[in-house]
Amino acid sequence: MANLTSNFVGIKSPNPFWLASAPPTDKEYNVVRAFKAGWGGVVWKTLGLDGPPVVNVNGPRYGAIWGADRRLLGLNNIELITDRPLQVNLDEIKKVKRDWKDRALVVSLMVPCDEDSWQGILKRVEETEADGVELNFGCPHGMAERGMGSAVGQVPEYIEMVTRWVKKHSRMPCIVKLTPNITDIRKPAEAAKRGGADAVSLINTINSITSVDLDDFCPEPSIDGKGTHGGYCGPAVKPIALNMVAEIARSRETAGLPISGIGGITTWRDAAEFLSLGAGNVQVCTAAMTYGFGIVKEMESGLSLWMDKKGFTSVDQVVGRAVPNVTDWQFLNLNHVTKARIDAEACIGCGRCYAACEDTSHQAIWQKPDRVYEVNEAECVACNLCVNVCPVENCITMETLPKGATDPRTGKVVGDYANWTTHPNNPMAQPAE
Amino acid sequence: MSHSPQTDGVRAGRLDAATLEAHFDDLYPMLNDHEARVAADRCYFCHDAPCVTACPTAIDIPLFIRQIQTGTAEAAARTILAQNILGGMCARVCPTETLCEGSCVRNTAEGNPVEIGRLQRYATDGLLMAGEHPFTRAAPTGKSVAVVGAGPAALACAHRLAMLGHDVVMHEARALPGGLNEYGIAGYKAANGIAQAEVDWLLQIGGIKVITGSALGREVTLEELRSDHCAVFLGMGLAGVNGLRIAGEDLPGVRDAVEFIAELRQCEDLSSLPIGRRVVVIGGGMTAVDAAVQSRLLGAEHVHMVYRRGREAMSASDYELDHAATEGVSIVTEAMPVAIRAAGKALEVEFAYTRQGAKGLERTGEGFVLPADQVFKAIGQTLAGQPEVLTLEGGKIAIDSAGRTSLPMVWAGGDCALGGEDLTVTAVAQGRDAAMDIHASLTGAAV
Repeated sequence: MANLTSNFVGIKSPNPFWLASAPPTDKEYNVVRAFKAGWGGVVWKTLGLDGPPVVNVNGPRYGAIWGADRRLLGLNNIELITDRPLQVNLDEIKKVKRDWKDRALVVSLMVPCDEDSWQGILKRVEETEADGVELNFGCPHGMAERGMGSAVGQVPEYIEMVTRWVKKHSRMPCIVKLTPNITDIRKPAEAAKRGGADAVSLINTINSITSVDLDDFCPEPSIDGKGTHGGYCGPAVKPIALNMVAEIARSRETAGLPISGIGGITTWRDAAEFLSLGAGNVQVCTAAMTYGFGIVKEMESGLSLWMDKKGFTSVDQVVGRAVPNVTDWQFLNLNHVTKARIDAEACIGCGRCYAACEDTSHQAIWQKPDRVYEVNEAECVACNLCVNVCPVENCITMETLPKGATDPRTGKVVGDYANWTTHPNNPMAQPAE
Repeated sequence: MSHSPQTDGVRAGRLDAATLEAHFDDLYPMLNDHEARVAADRCYFCHDAPCVTACPTAIDIPLFIRQIQTGTAEAAARTILAQNILGGMCARVCPTETLCEGSCVRNTAEGNPVEIGRLQRYATDGLLMAGEHPFTRAAPTGKSVAVVGAGPAALACAHRLAMLGHDVVMHEARALPGGLNEYGIAGYKAANGIAQAEVDWLLQIGGIKVITGSALGREVTLEELRSDHCAVFLGMGLAGVNGLRIAGEDLPGVRDAVEFIAELRQCEDLSSLPIGRRVVVIGGGMTAVDAAVQSRLLGAEHVHMVYRRGREAMSASDYELDHAATEGVSIVTEAMPVAIRAAGKALEVEFAYTRQGAKGLERTGEGFVLPADQVFKAIGQTLAGQPEVLTLEGGKIAIDSAGRTSLPMVWAGGDCALGGEDLTVTAVAQGRDAAMDIHASLTGAAV
């Protein structure tokens, strides 16, 4: 059986599944339950300055969107960092770490942008013997209005500055958690690296309004008739997170910088995808909040089974395996020609492929008598929309035309690899050497 | 409770009142909001959806399910009722397994269609219970139309005509409007007075006068109607019943199943309705099933439903036959009645086994005898009392595709007319479409 043990920037855990800094990791009780369920590590919910605790709203903290059968697809929250006294958290962290030595315990931090504040809290965290710290430069609501969280994460210079303070005043591994509410995720990652970060973690939540109450015209979650943007997470954000992880993993400036992958990870498969795009481990929150801590057993068994089938014996062998295949559009092979093919045996005759193609795409599907659907290869541009809207798994597939075949749409013979950089229609084309 | 299912003879009160009430309540209760949402989520919103094609009234089913799914059941009801004003009853009595649900692509996907019938009922009942009538009448046309009958075809025709601005006078032979919905189907398919509630709701459109106790050829003639009105629609159904034409058919205890069902439907107190300990129902259609199942539900101990051909030839659907079997009805096929005889205080029915021979159905020479306290005949209904001037075809009023009979300005639809499959939903379609043609004829409007 595959070895799932993880060593992320020197922090060891029995598996690569950590719980992200969030409500599920706010106190000893939850964290102990998580460890009992099998989670490899936790990032303790963000601690702030000592003093009067943070206050939260007393109305709803979460909003959601759902798919069919009320499956939760996206969640947002307006909860702030921990609202429990600092010392209570520190005492619990110390106790939990002492009781669960084999698990990773990282402490998330968010204090104002002055060196003293960071120096002060780092000293107190070190006393807990926690495994590391994660700098919360990501939370987009509430604390950002006070110059913390994503307000820091949106300014690479601040990221670099604070990271430098943290490395200067602490021996602990330092993970910088990035906000996705920026235009180019590579810039804050580069700043973290310049500041000496041991790793970055991403993504934090995305600015969002989940819905509007159409009776009182208030955004959800509604607090006494008013709403504010919250942080969006859950399965819906996974594609955004995957891209951001990949961008950092393949960037020359940040290549090799360890990444803790976060964003909508719900199953072992999601985790494997993050790992393959360069994440050294993964952090989970919404899935646990939706289904409880028990899902980690599926994640462990699923990842392990898949690795066994693939012949991978350690997580390291998976990490980054897909990164070389992430490229720019301009390098995609324009001579790779595929055509949709509908398996008449598997087809149930719903006609969604036809509606999609006829109404919104390239009129490349014929509706024949008795609800038989066929692809007109002379019109099919292989957009894949029919595959995406078909309710039956593997009913519609994309078949690759072999080299030498003629594309009935263009009349051209399928040739060797060629991309936009040398394409005759490209005014900037480089002559082929 | 004075008697039990084991009491000999024909007795009332075999079951206690609570059991009877439960037996004749809705076979399937209305979906609640959550169930409706879950059921609606399963619809794929097919292109050119096969369920719409399969619906005789061509309801835009994917649209109304999407409207339910997005929390606008009222809009869903309007989508349904615009095509089928009796959508509430049709949701209950349609053989959906052979129509919309039978064609649902989910059957191919996983052998389990979207619950279209129950979703339709969810939408229409909501509107019905709220007492909201979503349609209004067009400006008066000054034209009046006579409608004979007040069953599904007649009601659908009357409503559409009224909506288009015409005045309608309905002549119903029975004491109540509703036709088979009120008199001819099992109580558990139309529980809690839904048939009358739906008629009352339908009549909210206005402009429809219902005269009950007025039968064609008895209280009123076709000639009178033709002279008093601009057009006539005949939707009086099938008043006659086929006889067995065997010895003993007229013995006490032998009766028509339609009469039994009508009596049951109009019965205020089912514990007062007598039923035999042993009941034999002869026939293989929906009327036979409804009579047999309701006999069991009233407390009959042994109910046999005997049909002269094989199961595949029965007009009752598999779904209905399975339901009958579940309710304890013994279904016997390929046996024809030969004679009914008195046997002590009760009866006995002699049957001959049949097989398909070279010249059609023939006896095998074997047979059996079933003891019976009651025998219900359910071997089909026939047109009766129709004006002789009408051209018939196959025992029904001949009509063209627009519902026109052989007489000028006289239309017909529903069970009394040619076409359709003796289904409520087909009757509604015929009534509605005839109304559109009547409207076109009266106003010159394009259909």
